[in-house]
Amino acid sequence: MIGVTHYLVVSAILFTLGVLGIFMNRKNLIVILMAIELILLSVNLNLVAFSAALGDLVGQVFAMFVLTVAAGEAAIGLAILVIYFRGRGTISVDDVNRMKG
Amino acid sequence: MIQILAFYLFAAVVVASAAMTILARNPVHSVLWLILAFFNAAGLMVIAGAEFIAMLLVIVYVGAVAVLFLFVVMMLNIDFAELRAGVMRYAAIGVALAVALAAEIVIAVGAWSAGGLELGRRIAPIDESVPNIEAVGQLLYTRYLFVFEAAGLVLLVAMIGAIVLTHRQRSDVRPQNISRQINRRSKDATRNMNPAVGQGVEL
Repeated sequence: MIGVTHYLVVSAILFTLGVLGIFMNRKNLIVILMAIELILLSVNLNLVAFSAALGDLVGQVFAMFVLTVAAGEAAIGLAILVIYFRGRGTISVDDVNRMKG
Repeated sequence: MIQILAFYLFAAVVVASAAMTILARNPVHSVLWLILAFFNAAGLMVIAGAEFIAMLLVIVYVGAVAVLFLFVVMMLNIDFAELRAGVMRYAAIGVALAVALAAEIVIAVGAWSAGGLELGRRIAPIDESVPNIEAVGQLLYTRYLFVFEAAGLVLLVAMIGAIVLTHRQRSDVRPQNISRQINRRSKDATRNMNPAVGQGVEL
């Protein structure tokens, strides 16, 4: 039978893949944003799994709020990416040093 | 039986497509793999009985966020070959960190499933007779009303922020000024003249 542990394993793998994606794609800011989306997805999966396992609806409500923040974060992140690319002509994370002064 | 089969199908595809998302050479392919991952995560949530969140995931992520990613990927003129150059440089530390993280999560799950945690009372117990969407709506518009409105505010701020960030005033073009056009009256624009013969008209 499928228990909450199965869901936790899937979401742990997703989370780890997301963190790995941030480290592997240092040249590509877009894929880093996608990796962040993967991390938030795994968090949502965790919330829903615990909501189902504990019989409490609050987990699903908070998954919705996480979804909201993820959507806002994607919009703002991509906007920053666009203006960064406009100014620099690259989206490599390695030479982001504009704030250094 | 069908539940177990469906769970393993969705779980396998979501993990595989998440791996392809971070490994694909082309960012467009990454976005498409991400969409597949979201679909299968929605499937996992349906199995867990959270239909509303699952549908929201499909609508918000696949319908909005992934399309936004796709737009940006296609809008920026990026040399894809150059992007892959430094992947292996950080692979070692990345894999090490990921393994450490996974081990920590396994320890946490082990500790959690060993029991002993008192998780207190249920805030909103799931009532099987009420449909999921109805139950979520009941909770969202009563107990979590202010949090819900704060979420709306977050979206509003994100929208305004994205517009403000990406909007630019271009000086090399002369855009149409609609209010000036509408405000122009014929008596300001034309003059009746009756010049004498041989004399020109001053403009």
